Amino acid sequence: MTLKLPIYMDNHATTPVDPRVVEAMLPYFTEIFGNAASRSHSFGWTAEKAVELARDQVGALIGASGKEIVWTSGATESDNLAIKGAAEFHKDRGNHIITAQTEHKAVLDTCKRLEKEGFDVTYLPVEHDGRVNPATVRAAMTDKTILVSIMLANNEIGTVNPIEEIGAVVKERGAIFHVDAVQGVGKIPFDVNAARVDLASLSAHKMYGPKGIGALYVRRKPRVRITAQIDGGGHERGMRSGTLNVPSIVGFGKAAELSRTEMASEAKRLFALRERLREGIQSRVTDTYINGSMEHRLPGNLNISFAYVEGEGMLMGLKDVAVSSGSACTSASLEPSYVLRAVGVEEEMAHTSIRFGLGRFNTEEEVDYVIDLVVGKVNKLREISPLYEMAQQGIDLKSIQWAAH
Amino acid sequence: MAYSDKVIEHYENPRNVGSFDKDDPNVGTGLVGAPACGDVMKLQLKINDQGIIEDAKFKTFGCGSAIASSSLATEWVKGMSIDQAMGIKNTQIVEELNLPPVKIHCSVLAEDAIKGAIADYKAKRQNAAAQVAAPSAPQKAAGGATQKATT
Ligand SMILES: Cc1ncc(COP(=O)(O)O)c(C=O)c1O
Repeated sequence: MTLKLPIYMDNHATTPVDPRVVEAMLPYFTEIFGNAASRSHSFGWTAEKAVELARDQVGALIGASGKEIVWTSGATESDNLAIKGAAEFHKDRGNHIITAQTEHKAVLDTCKRLEKEGFDVTYLPVEHDGRVNPATVRAAMTDKTILVSIMLANNEIGTVNPIEEIGAVVKERGAIFHVDAVQGVGKIPFDVNAARVDLASLSAHKMYGPKGIGALYVRRKPRVRITAQIDGGGHERGMRSGTLNVPSIVGFGKAAELSRTEMASEAKRLFALRERLREGIQSRVTDTYINGSMEHRLPGNLNISFAYVEGEGMLMGLKDVAVSSGSACTSASLEPSYVLRAVGVEEEMAHTSIRFGLGRFNTEEEVDYVIDLVVGKVNKLREISPLYEMAQQGIDLKSIQWAAH
Repeated sequence: MAYSDKVIEHYENPRNVGSFDKDDPNVGTGLVGAPACGDVMKLQLKINDQGIIEDAKFKTFGCGSAIASSSLATEWVKGMSIDQAMGIKNTQIVEELNLPPVKIHCSVLAEDAIKGAIADYKAKRQNAAAQVAAPSAPQKAAGGATQKATT
């Protein structure tokens, strides 16, 4: 077998840069190095031309015009700019913001900061399948609601929100609709007009582009106003100052174009790989549980709990495979994943979850290798698991008085 | 997170995995941790009538450091007297396995598991002695002894 180890299956964390993207970027480090803001010579003009092409490429991926794209350093900055910028600009209209408990920290912690500044934030619960119910958005909206921020697809469990329905609900009240679209864009269809989105955060490194470059879509018709968070030379129509990172922008544009033209076939291929992985594991391992909706899910995502086997112990066994776990132990905090908790996964099961993120460069051979490895490790770790032993003896683990945290 | 070579070695070749009959009068069982916290250790000691730990076994649900800590504990206690085993400190486990600060709780659990197993063994012995002295003694007395031993 010509399998190369280690195998990367953590494509929600980041993706490798597509070689075609690298190729597109290279000239912009050396020959075409101009500052896109330089108006007095051809170095600046050619750089600017490349940036404008990339704007159109990124815009086309989400049904927007290139003029509606604001470059940022990544989706963390985009989320901050969208939420803080909209809150600050529209604070005279109200002080209420709605988001969901399963959002990325870039959204949640931004909202927490706004709470300290006097804004009211509602953190909506989600359904057991991991999705935001549009009816809960409607019920939470008040006359004071200025902004609703809901993600397109979740980074842990890959569940896809009914974003068009939510957009319609938000517009009933005329609030601003921000979507953290990072995980879904380029993987599933997303159209800012169909979903009536005002602001959308994108990141290149989740779609085979370079790290450290992102974008915020800002609707022009009708014009959505936000307050800039970084002041300076007034780049990006005053919304985000700073000399543009031309090579990365070119790479982002190329990555967006590739995603747009290849999305349909890639989604089909990834779905088949994911199902191969899921069936391969579930047909050979008992007591597994899928976290989040199977129906409304990114094609490359599998988030699965292996009862009686702790996630980090499992990751250690899968050392030739890059995946991640919702177990506490993988982070500095000792709490298991807040996303899994919000979905109603019990703490003990949250500790046993593994996230597989399949991507453009994964192969069937890799999937088959991973299935064998996972099955072997689960069996080995269950052999040494006191919980598995007790379950086999018919002991109800819930009947035991465990020590507190 | 990078693991120390010793943690990896114990994880890949855990020593003394398994179970003894928990009703054997010479076996003490310690079960510590909680599934909701992500670590559960079961450590069993087989102790002879001279109070020497003849054998030890463990099963652990947890991360690599938890598995390594309990595996190491079973290795260390074998051949020790009860008093010697009671003297094992979690800091020794931390040192031996090079555990980082976030993994210190794994070593604490291993120490607790040793102490829990010894307490269980002592309670069983007291219970047995009480039964010999007063065969009709109610079970309650034994329960009291267990509680005392574990506090
Ligand atoms: C849903 C979501 N939002 C925001 C981010 C942050 O993106 P970036 O790494 O570009 O700052 C990520 C990636 O970690 C993400 O998955």
